[in-house]
Amino acid sequence: MQKRKERVDRGIKARSEDVFAISSWREMLYLSGPRLLPVAGFIVLPLILGIYWQKVLLSVAVFALLAISWDMLAQSSMVSLGQALFFGMGAYCSGIMNHYWGVPPLISIPIAAVAGAVICTILLLPVLRLRGVYFSMVTLIIPLMLERIIEATKIFGGTEGLSGLDPFPSRWVELYVVLAALLAALFGFRRLMTSDYGLVLRAINDNDRSVMNAGINIYWFKAQALFISSAIGAFAGAFMTHVYMFVGMPVFALDYSILPIAAAIVGGPGSMAGATLGAFILVPLSEVLRGAGGLRIVFYGMLLVVFIVALPEGIFHFVQRKYHQFERWVAVE
Amino acid sequence: MMNGTVLLEVYKLSKSFGGVHAVTLLNFELHKGELLGIIGPNGSGKTTTVNLITGFVKATSGRVVYKGQEITSWAPYRIVRLGIARTFQMVKPFYQLPAFKNMIIPLYSPRVKQLAGGKYGDRNAVALDLLEEVGFERDAQVAYKVASVLPQGYLKRLELAKAIALQPDLLILDELFSGLSLAEVASIVPIIEKLLQEGKTIIMIEHRLKELFRIASRVIVLNYGMKIAEGPPDKVMESDEVKKAYLGSE
Repeated sequence: MQKRKERVDRGIKARSEDVFAISSWREMLYLSGPRLLPVAGFIVLPLILGIYWQKVLLSVAVFALLAISWDMLAQSSMVSLGQALFFGMGAYCSGIMNHYWGVPPLISIPIAAVAGAVICTILLLPVLRLRGVYFSMVTLIIPLMLERIIEATKIFGGTEGLSGLDPFPSRWVELYVVLAALLAALFGFRRLMTSDYGLVLRAINDNDRSVMNAGINIYWFKAQALFISSAIGAFAGAFMTHVYMFVGMPVFALDYSILPIAAAIVGGPGSMAGATLGAFILVPLSEVLRGAGGLRIVFYGMLLVVFIVALPEGIFHFVQRKYHQFERWVAVE
Repeated sequence: MMNGTVLLEVYKLSKSFGGVHAVTLLNFELHKGELLGIIGPNGSGKTTTVNLITGFVKATSGRVVYKGQEITSWAPYRIVRLGIARTFQMVKPFYQLPAFKNMIIPLYSPRVKQLAGGKYGDRNAVALDLLEEVGFERDAQVAYKVASVLPQGYLKRLELAKAIALQPDLLILDELFSGLSLAEVASIVPIIEKLLQEGKTIIMIEHRLKELFRIASRVIVLNYGMKIAEGPPDKVMESDEVKKAYLGSE
């Protein structure tokens, strides 16, 4: 007798989708638990971690922001290989404002997020019509080009960069600013992408001609998605500038392009939560592997492959499925 | 039949892809409220004609005039906003979304907002109403199913509903009946007749001639991108050239 696996929604899932959700504490906890967990975690984690792991948490949050930014763009039909462009543009905007005009970090960061996003959007406007790998290639090349331009023209400190920038008032402000931004991005973008506006963006990814056939200017919508996504990336860059108190060519490095993609893929693309989860796994993992010395990258790469092969849907989607559904074997006639 | 005002005028419209002349010097007029059928053998330029009118393909030469305004080679989304909606021969649903969520996209269109006087209203409710109109049984909750699991018949209806959602004045249906059973076609015909009664103008590209001739008021026959006959359905098929195009010479 042949058997196949069947997936069935848990009773509590069906109940909590309806008005019964407010009938008992258990249902309410079932619904709110997964949402409260990151909120509580982000508040408590900085308090219980030592200084070293606080710095790691900071890095996790920044990569999570970049991964969310990538995920949002990917859902809107644009697969970017150049998150470093957004990151670096925000970093330089904030650094320049602080270094030349003395703007304090808490003002220069939000301005840099918007200004960086405007510049990135304008830079990529001409290639919005490109689809798939053609768009990706352009996004990969631009940050690498900018790096060389800074080196060759020696603008904004050239290879030396701008150092001695203003830090945050304290490391607590630092931590809670970035964690609050991450929470806002995580929940805000999950909400955005399930709204009707987000539906249009996702539909462009699904079938752009069909969206155009509804009288919707897809290039205008893609430009908006690009602006929103690059604003988060630029925020992350501007934030890091004031943590390091330095901005220079490394902000356009490939790390900031590739690691966010790895985080989003390992965590599970298309949900924002997966991207965040991926960053929370990959960044600490790379810290733990420091003990492995020269073979660090090899172990890291191997673990990446294991994750992707074992859970191609992404860790978040796997956990979500287990949370909502159970599996059983049924006979096949 | 010819008493209505001219809604769409196609004048010396041509399109060549490299050396292939897909449409050559095509002329026709479309009057308000009529149902024009465009027929012809495979590769005769029917779908290219639709793509030229709706802007998905840029014309090599010639003009398309809609309500007195030249719209030749406009971007598709601008043409839709004037009130020309089309369906695709190869259905183009958003496969990952439930059927009624598919309807949100056209209902988000600036045209719908404009016609409703600047506000959108409850899109989900409108979507379900429109889907019921084209035959998504509300009781069976078909509208809540993901598009990727729907059979072809429903996908064609969804395609039609998406076009109707745009409240077009001119509706272009590209082989709506292909791949459907006789019973399915029979259930869609009344929907089209109702649209005509509501005063919509319709162009239908069709291979299913018997069904088309029952509702079309006028037919154009294309072959190798050129118009070879035009007139009432029964007259057109008597032309020697049409017989030759469909059955082959000798």
